[in-house]
Amino acid sequence: MTLLSNQWNAWRHDRRVVWVSYIALGILLVLLPFLTGETLGRGWVRILDFTLLYIMLALGLNIVVGYAGLLDLGYIAFYAVGAYAYALLASPHFGLHLPFWALLPIGAGIAGIFGILLGAPTLRLRGDYLAIVTLGFGEIIRIFLNNLNAPVNITNGPQGINLIDPVAFGNFSFSETHTLFGVTFPGIYTYYYLFLILALLVIFVSLRLQNSRIGRAWVAIREDEVAAEAMGINTRNIKLLAFAMGASFAGISGGLFAGFQGFISPESFNLFESIIVLCMIVLGGMGNIGGVILGAVLLTIFPEALRYIGDLQSYIFGRILVDAADLRMLIFGLALVLIMIFRPAGLLPSVRRRHEFGSDASILAQEQASLYDTRR
Amino acid sequence: MDIFTQQLINGLVLGSIYALVALGYTMVYGILELINFAHGEVTMFGAMICLAVISAIASSGTDANGLLIVSLGLLAAIAVCVMLGFLIERVAYRPLRRAPRLAALITAIGMSIVLQNTAMLIWGKQYITFPPLLPLVRYDIGGAVITNLQIFIILLSCLLMAGLLVLIRKTRLGRAMRATAQAQDIAGLMGINVNTIISITFVIGAALAAVAGVMVSAYYGLAHYFMGFMLGLKAFTAAVLGGIGNIAGAMLGGLLLGLIESFGAGYIGTLTGGFLGSHYQDVFAFFVLILVLVIRPSGLLGERVVERA
Repeated sequence: MTLLSNQWNAWRHDRRVVWVSYIALGILLVLLPFLTGETLGRGWVRILDFTLLYIMLALGLNIVVGYAGLLDLGYIAFYAVGAYAYALLASPHFGLHLPFWALLPIGAGIAGIFGILLGAPTLRLRGDYLAIVTLGFGEIIRIFLNNLNAPVNITNGPQGINLIDPVAFGNFSFSETHTLFGVTFPGIYTYYYLFLILALLVIFVSLRLQNSRIGRAWVAIREDEVAAEAMGINTRNIKLLAFAMGASFAGISGGLFAGFQGFISPESFNLFESIIVLCMIVLGGMGNIGGVILGAVLLTIFPEALRYIGDLQSYIFGRILVDAADLRMLIFGLALVLIMIFRPAGLLPSVRRRHEFGSDASILAQEQASLYDTRR
Repeated sequence: MDIFTQQLINGLVLGSIYALVALGYTMVYGILELINFAHGEVTMFGAMICLAVISAIASSGTDANGLLIVSLGLLAAIAVCVMLGFLIERVAYRPLRRAPRLAALITAIGMSIVLQNTAMLIWGKQYITFPPLLPLVRYDIGGAVITNLQIFIILLSCLLMAGLLVLIRKTRLGRAMRATAQAQDIAGLMGINVNTIISITFVIGAALAAVAGVMVSAYYGLAHYFMGFMLGLKAFTAAVLGGIGNIAGAMLGGLLLGLIESFGAGYIGTLTGGFLGSHYQDVFAFFVLILVLVIRPSGLLGERVVERA
């Protein structure tokens, strides 16, 4: 067994193997929309696009919750701010049509400012008090989006904003079908490549942040704020930075969402969405980028895959017993409970957490081990 | 003046319902430090069970007293919710007691989704109306109207809360609960069966939630599989407002939140010159919450948590 795992480790760290697997992964990612489009249909390419959006969103929340340890239950508000910033500046609603390269930084910037607006008054709060305030903040944003159509129509209320400009560079619109070297790229395919590039960028930034001075400061605050402050970390600024950074990630994804969908309404930004994004990072493994990506992929794909329950039922029982759409969320909820019971640290815990929740002789276990076990 | 009295009455009714639900959140939090997201769904189940029993009895053609039927429904709701509360703790939370707190939070969310969708599968997606079994009597107080149902809701919740306070402050069981909340392991060493105490906490919370659920559905005349979500959210807000983990705080927070909401909704139009309407009711509640927490980060009655060294 040890021999096998030693061999595996040696093999895993072999440079050539690493490179080959990266290249294989790259080719797979490039071909993915065509593979899914041919086998599962165009609808699934759209789901892939959404998966990439959620990866960006989840990585943004991972900065706030996973790195800095600030439980944020209103994260979707920043997504909403980014989406509405994009929609208002690039739709017939106000008659504004700003170019894409300007819209994305504006969305990120405005969302970042909102992040600081939320962060500044809540600096003293911790744990669940912070969670509930962020939750309230998220609801406030949604209610305002819902009601700011009177007396001055800013957000168009519950009807939402329609006919939003698609993402475009100059004359190259991502929503149209393009042909390159004899290969046809429908709109959702080109969006896939755009989102893929941006998601890789976000992953890169997350990776670099993780091991930077700021990233280590975040972790220090998460582990022990008092000690972090004693070590000379300016906890106020660093926490605000986490909020702003996470929010601007969400702002970017929000803008992309608005351009991709062409239509947004406050309904897309309810509390449940915040909770789902949080589930993604906790389920995958908080603070670990690979885990967060896995969580985002699973939680986007899984509910969609559950649509096939209807077919499965008619295959097994000969008829549809329960409407698949109704059963979908039930199974989703059960899955959340079960995964957490069997893997409380997430599917792919970060190295630090793996040590914390490790099977034997971990410091945390010693700290928390009770004098006698109250489980039974 | 009559508008003021009316809003006061509405706020008190709403507030006592919030307080009852908030108690369930705060008791569980006090002992396990867990936001029991499924608690709102337990409330919803209470309303739904009660309605199912009531309409089953009413449609069987008996000429029994309306009050008796509703009481039977209430008892059934309490019984089912108590079992539900017990099961939720046993299945979803007990295996995670030593796990990181966020993991338990996610199972709580998962449980909430499961319960919501189970209710949807059983009772469908439409609103269920509360049959008019209770004779409604209106009283006139200084230009404002109060119904017998409203009086009943306020009185019953006061009674239940007083009973809970006595239970926690004066009885052996209450002392055991307080001890468990303070230090689980030490409480265990003192001969308290911690697991039983935690189960009892969930059961009491669920029973209160069942009563609150029946009250809500009787008050608004409606029940819906999704009703627990916003109600639970508001109740949790109330618990945090009062200082989470603090029983009296939950009561105070619930009443305050109810009053804030009803006064906010009643006066926000005149205050802002018609710029903001009563649909900003929820904003008002959350805004006050944020304000209170910024000034007093541990809630109104919460103890200041000492920074660990």
